[in-house]
Amino acid sequence: MRRPLPRNTSRRRFLLGAGALAASAAIPEALFAHTGGSSRLVVVILRGALDGLAAVPPYGDPAYAGLHRELAIAAPGGPDGALALNSLFGLHPSLAFLHERFAAGELIVFNAVCSPYRDRSHFDGQNVLENGLTKPIGTADGWLNRALAGLPRGTGRAPDRAVAISQNVPLILRGEAAVISKSPQMTPDVDEDLLARLADLYSKDDWFSARLSEAVLTEQMVDGAADGAMEKTSARAGYPDRAGAVARMAADLMRSGGGPEIAVIEASGWDTHANQGGAKGALATRLAGLDNALKSLADGLGPLWPQTAVLVVTEFGRTAAVNGTRGTDHGTGGCAFLVGGAVRGGQVIADWPGLSPRSLLDNRDLLPTLDLRSVFKGVLDEHMHVDAKTLAKRVFPDSSGARPLQGLIRA
Amino acid sequence: MQAEIAVLRFGLGAKPGDLAAAGAEPRAWLMSQIRGPAPLAVNTPLAPSDQIFAGLLAARDERRTMRQESAAQGAEAKVAFNAVREAYQPHYRAQVLARAQSAVLTPRPFAERLVHFWSNHFAVSADKGVVFGLAGTLENEAIRPHVAGRFVDLLTAVEQHPAMIAFLDNQYSVGKDSSAARLAANFRRPDLTPKRQFGINENLAREILELHTLGVNGGYTQTDVTSFAQIITGWSIGGGKGRLAGGTPGRFYFSDALHEPGPKVFLGKTYAEQGQRQGEAVLADLARRPETARFIAAKLVRHFIADDPPRGAVERVAHAFSKSGGDLPEVYAALIGSPEAWEPQARKFKTPQDFVFSTLRALNVSPAQPEEVIRTFDLLGQRQYTPGSPAGWPDTSKSWDGSDALMHRVLWASRVGAKYESGIEPADLAAASLGNYARPETLTALRRATSSSQAVALLLMSPEFQRR
Repeated sequence: MRRPLPRNTSRRRFLLGAGALAASAAIPEALFAHTGGSSRLVVVILRGALDGLAAVPPYGDPAYAGLHRELAIAAPGGPDGALALNSLFGLHPSLAFLHERFAAGELIVFNAVCSPYRDRSHFDGQNVLENGLTKPIGTADGWLNRALAGLPRGTGRAPDRAVAISQNVPLILRGEAAVISKSPQMTPDVDEDLLARLADLYSKDDWFSARLSEAVLTEQMVDGAADGAMEKTSARAGYPDRAGAVARMAADLMRSGGGPEIAVIEASGWDTHANQGGAKGALATRLAGLDNALKSLADGLGPLWPQTAVLVVTEFGRTAAVNGTRGTDHGTGGCAFLVGGAVRGGQVIADWPGLSPRSLLDNRDLLPTLDLRSVFKGVLDEHMHVDAKTLAKRVFPDSSGARPLQGLIRA
Repeated sequence: MQAEIAVLRFGLGAKPGDLAAAGAEPRAWLMSQIRGPAPLAVNTPLAPSDQIFAGLLAARDERRTMRQESAAQGAEAKVAFNAVREAYQPHYRAQVLARAQSAVLTPRPFAERLVHFWSNHFAVSADKGVVFGLAGTLENEAIRPHVAGRFVDLLTAVEQHPAMIAFLDNQYSVGKDSSAARLAANFRRPDLTPKRQFGINENLAREILELHTLGVNGGYTQTDVTSFAQIITGWSIGGGKGRLAGGTPGRFYFSDALHEPGPKVFLGKTYAEQGQRQGEAVLADLARRPETARFIAAKLVRHFIADDPPRGAVERVAHAFSKSGGDLPEVYAALIGSPEAWEPQARKFKTPQDFVFSTLRALNVSPAQPEEVIRTFDLLGQRQYTPGSPAGWPDTSKSWDGSDALMHRVLWASRVGAKYESGIEPADLAAASLGNYARPETLTALRRATSSSQAVALLLMSPEFQRR
C-alpha cells in the first residue's frame, strides 16, 4: 500500500524523525552547522557573449557610431539615448535599475575586459571564464569552487556555502568542495519514505549518497525560506520571467537560515548574430530581463543587500562592426558589472583602447585592457576574504600578471 | 554481462526480451543494426520541413497584416507572435512524440541511439523561434537516411538542411561583391539611414569547423573562418520576396545572387569551384581530415564508453574513420570492437533522455500523448531538441549530476511508479531491464517496498539503472 504523506511534515522533521535510516546513511551532522561570513556573492554568467558595445555604449568614441551603425546606442539626452555614466560611456536604455544603482554608488561598470581567452569559441571561452586558467582545458573544476577552500572558516564542512540556481552545477562551481543546486522550478514534496529507502539503497555508493543528502538539505532550506514567510517562487514561471524566477530563488535561499553565501546564476541568449536591434529589439528585451532579474535579486535579498556583491560576466565581447545580418559576430573585449550594497560603486573602470581601426584587435574586436581575473581576485580578496595565498596559487594559477584590482568593495 | 552491455550501453535500455535477443552473440546483434537508413519506427505521418516552413511564412504574412491593421487600433503585436508559434506548435509536438515512440518501438535501438548521437552532434535548438517547428526535421530528414552511410553525405545533408541554415543564420549571409550587394549599392540613397550593410555572417562557418568537423583545436584560424563563411554565402532557403525570391519555399536553395564570387583560399588550399560546389568541395575535404576523424572518434567514445575517453579506443575508431574514408558502419564496428567498451563497470551516468527512454522501454510503454513527453523532459531539464546552443547537450556526468537534478528524477520515478504499478512484478521488471546488473541490495529493497509503485521507483532510481 502507498503510505500517504502527512501534509504538514516538513523535510526537516522527516530527517530528524526518520533519522536513523537517513541520517546515518547520508547526512553528516556537519552539513547543518556552518555559520559563515557575512558577505554574500552572486555570480551571473551571461552565456553566448553579450555585446559590450551595446550594453555599455562608448557613445563618446568618435568611431563608435560608424562601426556599430544601426545597433549603436545614441548619446544621452535624445530619445532612446544611453543612460549617462560619464562623458565617454553610458548604459543601454534597458538597464534602468543598474543605472539607478550607479547613481546610488552601488555599481561599477567595466569595459574593455576579457578573460585570458583570445580565440572566439563560445564553449572554450566559457571554459576559461569558469576554470580560472589561461586555457580551456587543464582542469575539471571551477575557480569559485576552489575559492571555497580559501574562505574564512565557517564551522565545519558545509556544502551549503554555495548554490547553483539550476538543476545541475555549472563548471565555475564544480570541484572538490561540495555545493548544492536548486532550480527555480518548485518540485512537490517527494514521498519521504521513498527518500529514506533511497538513502539506504545508496549507502554503498558515495556518489549517489552525497547527492541525495545535498538534495534533501536543499529542500530543507527552501522549506526554511518558506517558513520565514517569504513568498514561494511560482513553480512554472513563464519563459519571459525565467530570469526573474531564478533571481528570486537565489535570494530566497540566501536569506534562509544557514543559507548559502555564494550563488551562481546563468542566463543564455546573448549570441546576437542576426537582428540584434539597438535601443529596442531583441537584445534590448534580453537586457531589460537581466535588469529586472537584478532588481528582483536586490529586492529579494532585502536586508542582505548591503553586504552583497553581484558580479555579471560573459565569455567575451562581439565584433565592433555590424555584420551582414544586422548582428555582431564573436569578438574579444567586452563589459562586466559589479553591483550591490557592498560595492564601492559609481565608477567606470575602463582603460579605453578606442575603436579606431588601428586600436582594434585583429582589425575587428575591442582590445581588452583588463583581465577579468583581476576583477575576480579583487572581489574574492576584499569581499569574501579568501586568503591571498590560496587566491594566487590555487584559485587562479598562472595569474601573477593579473593583480587583484583594489577598491572594488566598500571598506 | 555481454548481452547487458550491448543492450544497455549501446542500445537504449532493455525491453522485456531484449537481453535474450542479444543473447550469446551481442556483437552480431549490434552489427546487424547498422546497415541502411534508420527511419522512425512509427508510421505517424510527420510534415516535411518545406511544408512546415511554408506554414511559418504564411503565419508571418498574417502577422504583418495584423500589425498593420492593429497599428491604427493600438492593439498588441503579441497576438501575431502567437500566430507563428501556433503554426509551429503541432509540428514540434508531433516530432517529439514520434521520437519517444520510436525510441521504445524500434527494433534497432543501437541505430536509434546513433541517430540521437548525431542529432546532438549536429544540434539545432528549438528555442530559436524560426527553428521551433523544424528542429525534429533535421534529425528525420538529414540524419536518419545517412546514419549508416558515409560521413561526408551526412555532413552535407545536415549543412544544407533548412533547419541548420536557419539556426545559424546563413540564409542572410551575403558576399560583399555578390550581385545582390552590388545591385543594392547602386540603388542606395544617401538620405536613407540606417542602411543595411550587406556582408557575411560567420556563425554557420565557424560552428561547422568547431563543432561539426575539425574541433576547436583543429588548426584553423580566424582567416579560415571568414574565408569559409565567404565560400558558403548563398547557402540559403527557398522562398523570399521581391528581387531575392528564388528556389522552392522551405527547401535548401543556393542563391547565386548572394554568393561571393571567385576562388577562395581555405586552410592553405585554393578552391576555384563555382557557386554551391565550392562549399561542397570544402565539406568533402573537411570530412577527410585527420582532425575530423579524431574529433568524431573522441565524441563517439565519450558517448559510448566513458566521460574521459580511453585513448586506445579513440585511436582505433579514428583509424577506422580515416582508413574507410568516413564509412560510418566501419567506424561503429571499430567502436564495438574496442575492448574498453565491454568492461563491465558502467561508467556513464544516464542523461535525462537516456533515463526516460530506458524507463519507457523497461515498462514497454509507448507514450500516447505529446504533453506527457514534453512535461517529462521539462521536469527533468532536457527539453527535446532544445539544447540551447549549437554545441548540443553535454555528454559528461558532471553536467547532469546536480543534487536538484537527482531530486527531479526521484519525483518523476515515483510518478511513473504510481502510474504503471498495476500488473508489475518488481523482481521480473528488474530481471528484464537490468539482468545481471541488478545488485542484491536493490532486489532486497524491492522485496521490502511498501507497494509495487514504490518498488518501481526504487528500481528506476537504483544506481545500476541510473548508469549504463
